[in-house]
Amino acid sequence: MTGLTPPDDRRAPITPQLALRVAILGGIALALFAIVFFRLWFLQVLSGDQYLAQASTNRVRDVVVQAPRGEMIDRHGTPLVENRRAVAVVVSPPKLPQAPAARRRELTTLSGVLGMSPRPRRCRVGTEVVRVMELDCLVRRGVWNLPYADVTVKIDLARDVGFVLAERAQQFPGVSIEPVFLRSYPYKTVGAQLFGTVGQVGGGQLKQQHFRGVRGGTIVGQSGLEYTYDRYLRGRDGATRVQVDALGEAKGYLRSRAPAQGANLRLSLDLGLQTAGQAALAKGIELANGNGNPSQGGAFVALDPRNGEVLAMGSAPSYDANLFARPLSQHAYDVNFGDGTNHPLINRAISAAYPVGSTFKIVTATAALVAGIITPGTVYDDTGTFREGALVRRNAGGVSYGPVSLRQALQVSVDTFFYDLGARLNADPTTHPNGGALQDWARRYGFGNPTGIDLGGEVGGIIPTPRWRDSRNRLQARCVRAFQKRPRAARRAYPSGCVFADGTNRSWSEGDNTSLAVGQGDFLATPLQLAVAYAAIENGGTVVRPHVGLQITDPAGRVLQQIAPRPARRVAIPDTDLQAIRDGLHAAAQESGGTSFDVMGTFPKPVYGKTGTAQFTGRADQSWYVAYVPDPVRPIVVACTVESGGFGAEAAAPAVRLILSQWFGVRKQVIAGSSHTL
Amino acid sequence: MSATPTPIQRSVEQITARRGPRLLLDPWLLLATLGLIACSLVTIKGATRNDIPGSPLYFFERQAGYAVVGVLLMLALTRFDYSRLREFKLPVYGALIGLNLLVLGLGSVARGSRRWISLPFFQFQPSELGKLLLIVALSAFVVDRVRRLDERETTARLMLLALGPAALVMIQPDLGSALVYVTVALAILFVAGTPGRHLGGLIGLFAVATVLVLAVAPAAGVHVLQPYQVERLTGFVNPSHDPRNATYQVNQSLIAIGSGEKTGRGVAHATQTGLNFLPEHHTDFVFSVVGETYGFAGAALVLSLYALLIWRTLRIVTLAKNLFGALIAGGVLAMLMYQVFVNVGMTIGIMPITGVTLPLMSFGGASYLTTFLALGLLQSIHVQGRIAQTSKGRALVLS
Repeated sequence: MTGLTPPDDRRAPITPQLALRVAILGGIALALFAIVFFRLWFLQVLSGDQYLAQASTNRVRDVVVQAPRGEMIDRHGTPLVENRRAVAVVVSPPKLPQAPAARRRELTTLSGVLGMSPRPRRCRVGTEVVRVMELDCLVRRGVWNLPYADVTVKIDLARDVGFVLAERAQQFPGVSIEPVFLRSYPYKTVGAQLFGTVGQVGGGQLKQQHFRGVRGGTIVGQSGLEYTYDRYLRGRDGATRVQVDALGEAKGYLRSRAPAQGANLRLSLDLGLQTAGQAALAKGIELANGNGNPSQGGAFVALDPRNGEVLAMGSAPSYDANLFARPLSQHAYDVNFGDGTNHPLINRAISAAYPVGSTFKIVTATAALVAGIITPGTVYDDTGTFREGALVRRNAGGVSYGPVSLRQALQVSVDTFFYDLGARLNADPTTHPNGGALQDWARRYGFGNPTGIDLGGEVGGIIPTPRWRDSRNRLQARCVRAFQKRPRAARRAYPSGCVFADGTNRSWSEGDNTSLAVGQGDFLATPLQLAVAYAAIENGGTVVRPHVGLQITDPAGRVLQQIAPRPARRVAIPDTDLQAIRDGLHAAAQESGGTSFDVMGTFPKPVYGKTGTAQFTGRADQSWYVAYVPDPVRPIVVACTVESGGFGAEAAAPAVRLILSQWFGVRKQVIAGSSHTL
Repeated sequence: MSATPTPIQRSVEQITARRGPRLLLDPWLLLATLGLIACSLVTIKGATRNDIPGSPLYFFERQAGYAVVGVLLMLALTRFDYSRLREFKLPVYGALIGLNLLVLGLGSVARGSRRWISLPFFQFQPSELGKLLLIVALSAFVVDRVRRLDERETTARLMLLALGPAALVMIQPDLGSALVYVTVALAILFVAGTPGRHLGGLIGLFAVATVLVLAVAPAAGVHVLQPYQVERLTGFVNPSHDPRNATYQVNQSLIAIGSGEKTGRGVAHATQTGLNFLPEHHTDFVFSVVGETYGFAGAALVLSLYALLIWRTLRIVTLAKNLFGALIAGGVLAMLMYQVFVNVGMTIGIMPITGVTLPLMSFGGASYLTTFLALGLLQSIHVQGRIAQTSKGRALVLS
């Protein structure tokens, strides 16, 4: 080759194979770059917003500050349910020592400080069972329930224990002390069954409409008034929004929202009446015991007949509501609520349905009058017995009253008079499977269905009808068959045996209606239902919807919302009929010879009252008394029952007199009646 | 250099004397190098300003120091004829094995692995330098047997030479570097002209080995990999599965990059980086910082610089004056490409987490210096290639 070749042409020759392989490498590089570019485009340009949002939530944590719940005050403003500041011990599981030995050492020491046993015991965590100490068990369960959340291991710490932990914070990494609010009930047993309990919202509850908008971990009302009015009482937890780094350490405060205390709930209860009522009920039980009746419980309810405001409601036995303000040990639970305590947690005024005896006669009277079977002047000739086929029913004590009208029949509680009405009001079971006029009127007065009071756990009672009776017989037959075929399985399915019907498998008969006419047989009602029925007599036919909540107020006392539920219905009772019933009730209470004249005769206000004595086989009679005072300023209707308390005038009526005395400021006198009527 | 210069050496000296050595360097490669250094310094300065309280420039100053030393080393290496390294293939290979054995003996433990040797001034990570030593040694061995490349025995022997150090690195354990060794070895064989069926067989063998290590051996009770390595390798398939543990890093990285959007959130507002949600933000996940802070624009710039780097390296493979040069350039190419794609792929969630650093971007002396030495070799191959072309022309004229 001659001459100088231009530099560009003087490249070192490369083999075709190398050229090919370099080209392949270049192709691979090109493909990889393309993939990376497209992926970046997708991440940053197409999905950037989404990742930006994630980055924002990544660095922000909301620290919740518990808001105190609203208080409950009585109708005059006296606090019945308050808040109390307490300290809780909170464990942050990720900050505990990681080494198992160090972790166990710290938890053992902490157990000692908190008075818990450090001995290992069985602990169920989800589906697993491990053997760890009590404190570790709490921590593990907490982590299992809500991972990454702190676990509250002890609420309401004694002051000195709190100081110990605060002073030695360095000894206990991952353990902190936080202020919490606990419920406090200054009047202890007063109204204990009404207020209900509070607790952390459960996983399932979060999905319910009732707790819409509640965040996990919030303390909400779980029963009673706390549950019904939770929306108002709850308040709004405060939140401090902090910027955190990857370890969860706070790096700065973004903004914070102060906790807002819940609104107060003003109740229709009158603290004086409530306290006196519970004392009166206790007195009634005491009177019954004095008569040799083994009474252990009872209930009363006082309503404003105009609007259904519950002025007082009590159930015996009661309990100290403060027991539930903090976690209750199994032992404490057993002592206070276990066997032999006669179910203090049940609010017998709304959750227990009983036969009501003669207090039901106002319903029979209404039905007979409105149906035109009798008029107020119709006279019935009482011979002391009432024959119904082979069955002979007698008046209590076998007394014979001679010719009586409705007024006298109510005054002295003539059973035969109402047996007769019951028999005549009986409808043909085939054409009227739901019963006749008597059942209709029982339903109109509000029996057979819950009244709709703003407390949980209300029962509706039973109005016996031909159809009801048949269905019970069918249930009984099925149960009996089950026991015959497979006794083992049947015992599991029917733990209390076959108790659906009397076992005779007899269908509806006239006798059922006769028993119903005097509040016996299969009829069951709550004290509250009875009070509502008598309120309708007092107010001229309005069946009120009882309520304990009265107003929602802000902490300064301004009314945010009035609670005034509309009446359930109005029943039309002709004035003359109504007047006849009222006359009978007044005569029973305050005219000589009346069943409760001994008790109410000297009361300075007009009292309209009816005794009742519900009979049970194999048990003492249940004492009932229902009365109202149609005062123009402060009318009241009171229903009271004493379980196994004997005759109505012996136990329940004296208790009602004490309650009325409190309401009208009359000197309280314990006067027991002697009437032995049903 | 020898005392009595040969005619060719003299002519080289004449040329370099006349036109200066810098003009023989590949200017685009140099531009890509300096550009990436600048990007690295800017990114690290922003990302680490809060890492060490009181000294916001701690990492920046060190990285700048490494860069200066590295660039000087690189420039020095360009004046040296890489071909002479062939003579030292045995010492080089011995150093590769020796250093990695040394680290197993007296290395310091960091995060469960023994990868570092503490020297007075900095910690030294032999597996990084080892990549380059392997490239040089293996290239020399390949050149020795270039006439017998068709034989299966040659391929097997060469591969065993690479797998030895790779196994040592794996024990440390440094899975990422071990995989680099294997990739580099495959690339050198590929460039050298090893028959396709041999390479295919090797890749098949690796696939079988992977299945054995990941699936069969654990079932039989033998755990070749550390549990965290298995989690990382398998976790990227489903990154939202376990956000706090194995795939936490990937998720945080995705959030960081995605939240950068088109133009980035800026240093002050890059919360993923600033609040330490992004792990290893100045080393393994430095690309995520670029993505968050400077957005698609910044990430694309960095990737373009890498593209430039790769393109120029490919070109140097073809320019090399001899096979040794081409093989070294091919090895370096594989090393860079593998690290760039595995690292970037990891940050954008399409590759498993293997602890591979991003060349020239990640903070770290060993990785930085290794990369500069590699780039120095590339420039040397370029310089020698240009000289060979020029002098070949001149020699023809002279003869």
